[in-house]
Amino acid sequence: MNEFLMSSAYFGLFLTMGTYQLGRWINRRAGREVCSPLLFSTAVCCAVLLLSGTEYEVYFQSGADVLEYLLTPATICLAIPLYRQYTLLKKNTAAVIAGCVSGVAVHMLGCLLMLALFKLEAAEYITLLPKSITTAIGKSLSQELGGYPAITMATIMVTGIFGAVAAPVLLKLFRVQEPLAQGLAIGASSHAAGTSKAVEMGDVQGAASSLAIVVTGLLTVLAAPLFAKIG
Amino acid sequence: MKYLHQAMILSAVTFAAELIKLLLPLPVPASIYGLIMLFLLLKTGLLRLSQVEDVGNFLLEWMPLLLVPASVSFLTVLDTIQGMLLPVLIMGLIGTMAVMCVTGHAAQWVIRRGKEAKRDE
Repeated sequence: MNEFLMSSAYFGLFLTMGTYQLGRWINRRAGREVCSPLLFSTAVCCAVLLLSGTEYEVYFQSGADVLEYLLTPATICLAIPLYRQYTLLKKNTAAVIAGCVSGVAVHMLGCLLMLALFKLEAAEYITLLPKSITTAIGKSLSQELGGYPAITMATIMVTGIFGAVAAPVLLKLFRVQEPLAQGLAIGASSHAAGTSKAVEMGDVQGAASSLAIVVTGLLTVLAAPLFAKIG
Repeated sequence: MKYLHQAMILSAVTFAAELIKLLLPLPVPASIYGLIMLFLLLKTGLLRLSQVEDVGNFLLEWMPLLLVPASVSFLTVLDTIQGMLLPVLIMGLIGTMAVMCVTGHAAQWVIRRGKEAKRDE
């Protein structure tokens, strides 16, 4: 069986798309969002790979890689909601800056807290610094400052999935009601993965979230080396 | 044929973004260069929204699905992460909530203050 899967070109693609659609089907049957298709699909794919003893590489090279290739152009397309909502965003420059700066500050303070609480090594602390930003920036930043890029990536993924799954509930709980503020909160806390949920919530949320990715990424690239020295 | 044309344009932007990444030695991914480039192309009118919108919206709709393979790769770091599991989970869950709450409220406060100022005029 494993041999067949290794030679298959579509196993990973079908497993991913099939479980994703199954997640959406469950939501449709339930009449409301009971499970996030992203989380559901990830969990079932992991379970299938673990239970069948299939290597991640086998899964990835049998079609899952095609989906990942599309991620770059998809992220680029976040420019579309950004362009459509440009006037609104420009009018609210102050809110964008206030939101992103305070978000990055809270995150950096959180890392310092972890450093003190868990007596982390310098490299472990640095690993956490780039966790709110998009994977590619986070990974290189972690590498450059002397962290563990693989763990940074994992942290970024946990952050992104959690943001994408929980954002609507959390924003309601925290009473963040302005669509623009909602978008900024999602983008600043959970990068492109969260933004995929923000796009579903509305055009304003999607645009604000996309902008927050760029601004937060930039701020983190500037602030992380300073905070790395403190640790 | 319009979809084919739009896909071609987006592939051109993505490729150009890769080239920029090659030329600039910054820790910035091609996708961010591409995002900024596509925005500027639209803003300057070199590209019309109608030249990328259909395929663009399609890709945006697919985005959560496209993130699944990277998320499943979590399996490959299960061993390395064990010593740091707790800080990683705390930052990933509680840290994310804290950032979402603070950013949301800071932005909302500024927006609402601006609205009130307008009402008072």
